[in-house]
Amino acid sequence: MKLPLKRIVVVTGHYGSGKTNFTAALALQLAREGKKVTVVDFDLVNPYFRTADFAEAFAEKGITLRAPDFANTNVDIPSIQFDLGGLAAEGETLLIDVGGDDDGAVALGRYSHMLNSYAETGELDMIAVVSFRRYLTRTAEEAQTYLQSIERVSRMKLTGIVNNTNLGAETTTEMIEQSVAEAQKLSQLTDLPLICTTAPETISPPQTGICPLMTLPVMVKLPW
Amino acid sequence: MEKVLMKGNEALAEAAIRAGCKCFFGYPITPQTELSEYLSKQMPKRGGVFLQAESEVAAINMVLGAAATGTRVMTSSSSPGVSLKSEGISYIAGSDVPAVIINVQRGGPGLGGIQPSQADYWQATKGLGHGDFHLIVLAPSSVQEVVDLVSKAFDLGDKYRVPVMLLSDGLLGQMMEPVSFPEATESKFDKSGWAANGTKMEREHHIVNSLYIEANDLEDIVKERYARYAAIEEAESDAESYLTEDADIVVVAYGATARVVKSAVNKARAEGIKVGMLRPITLWPFPKKQLCAACENAKAVLTVEMSMGQMVDDVKLALECKKPVSFFGRTGGVIPTPAEVYAEIVKLNGGAL
Repeated sequence: MKLPLKRIVVVTGHYGSGKTNFTAALALQLAREGKKVTVVDFDLVNPYFRTADFAEAFAEKGITLRAPDFANTNVDIPSIQFDLGGLAAEGETLLIDVGGDDDGAVALGRYSHMLNSYAETGELDMIAVVSFRRYLTRTAEEAQTYLQSIERVSRMKLTGIVNNTNLGAETTTEMIEQSVAEAQKLSQLTDLPLICTTAPETISPPQTGICPLMTLPVMVKLPW
Repeated sequence: MEKVLMKGNEALAEAAIRAGCKCFFGYPITPQTELSEYLSKQMPKRGGVFLQAESEVAAINMVLGAAATGTRVMTSSSSPGVSLKSEGISYIAGSDVPAVIINVQRGGPGLGGIQPSQADYWQATKGLGHGDFHLIVLAPSSVQEVVDLVSKAFDLGDKYRVPVMLLSDGLLGQMMEPVSFPEATESKFDKSGWAANGTKMEREHHIVNSLYIEANDLEDIVKERYARYAAIEEAESDAESYLTEDADIVVVAYGATARVVKSAVNKARAEGIKVGMLRPITLWPFPKKQLCAACENAKAVLTVEMSMGQMVDDVKLALECKKPVSFFGRTGGVIPTPAEVYAEIVKLNGGAL
C-alpha cells in the first residue's frame, strides 16, 4: 500500500509506540518503490533499541542511514554530527526518526525553522505514531495530550496520525481492529488525518474499515 | 488489568507508586533515567514526592530520613551512582529501616559505559557499604517480573526492616514488553514501634540511629540483625527451575541473561541434550537449596553472566565442590548470544559443533 506522504517525513510519538519499527518498514517500502531514501536516526534520548540497529538491513537495500556518531556506543552523548539542513536540501526522500515523547521532540525545535520552510512548500509531513496499548496513551484523549506536547516543544505542526497499536510479540488481530475507533476519535479530536493503521505481517490482517492498512515486518529484535 | 506495553524502567516506576511508594529521591544516570523521569511526572499527581537531589550522596541520605519515618521510599541509579550511595545504604542497614534501592546496571568499573551489565553482583550481594550487613537482592528477568518484584521488595523491606535492592540491568530497563499490574494491595506493616513520625506528646521518642557508644551494644544489635538475616535466608530464597528434573547439565543465570540462556537451553533440548536452567530470583539470600536440588543429577554446571564471573562464586559455594562448575560470560556492555551459550552447552555435553 502506498501512503500519501510527502518527500520529507518527520516521525514522532510516545516512546514505545513503534516509531522506529514503522520508520524502518516505511524506508524499506519506499526503497522498493525505487525512491532514493535517507533515514535519520534523530533519537537523542534513547540509549539503545534504535534505528541505527538496522544499519545492515538498510545498506542491503541501498538506504542511507545517518545516525549520531555515538548511537549504540558505550557513551551517552546527545549530539549529532551531520547537517540535517543539507540532507533536507538534497531533494530526495528523507525520513527523520525522532526520539520519544516531548523529551525526544525537543531536539527538533533546533531545526524547526528550516523544517517548517519545507512544510510551507508542501514537501514535509510530520506524523505521530500512536499505540493505544501503550501505558498513558490508552485513549484518544490521553494520546492527544502527548501530541500537543510534541507540537509545543518541537515548534512544528503535525500533519497526520499513524495508528500503530501493538503489544509487542503479543499483538493480535482483534486488538488492532478494536483500536481503529479510538484512532478515528483521535483524528477527530486533533483534526489530523488518520493515514493508516498498521499490523505486523506475522498475524492475520485485521479489518480496518475505511482506514488504510499497512502491514509491517517486525524489525526491532531482542537479544534472545 | 488489560496488558499494556511498557519500558522496563517506567513499569518499575509505576509499580513502585502502586506499591505505596510515597517518596523518591534520586539523581539521573543512563540507563536508569526513564525511571526518575516517569516519577517526576507522576509522583506530584499521585500524592507523592519526587526530588532530584544535588548528588547521589544527598539522595541516599534523604532516603534514610524518609525511611526513618516509616514512609515507603525508593531511590534508583545505575552502577557508578550506586557506588556513591553505598555509604548511605550502610547507614540505612545500620539504622534498621526499610528502603528500596534500584540498580539498573551498566558496564564498569569506573565510568564504564551505558550498555547493559551484571558486573555489580558482588557489590550488591557482598559489599554494598561498610560493616556487617546484608541487603535483600531481587533479580527480575522480564518487565512483568520487574513489576511483581518491586511490590515484593517494599513488603520484604517492611517485614524485616532491611534495605532491599532490585538488581535490574540496562537491557531490562530499556526493553519494552507487555505487562499487567495486579490490583494494588499494599500490605500493611505495623511500624508504630520504631517509626520516628511524631510522638504527638503521647509516647517516648523513637530514635533512628546507627551509632552505638558501647562496643557490646553494637555487637548485640548486629547479632540481633543477623538472627533476622537467618530468618530471611530460611524463608525468602527464591528461584525458577526450568527443565532441571532430568538435566545432565544445569545452566545457572539470572536477570536478562536468563532469557538468553533459556533460548539456548530450548535449542539444546531440541537437539536432544538434557540441559536445564536454574534462575535465582533472590541473589541474597542465594537460593542454595533450590540450586542443589536442581543439580542433584547433573554432571556439569555452567554459570552464564554479563560479567567476568561473580555469581559463579556463590554457585560453587552452594554446591560445595560436589559438581564441576564452569563459567561463560561477556562483559563491558556486551550481551552473550544464545548461539554462544548453546556452544558452551554442546562443549560440556562432550560434543563438537
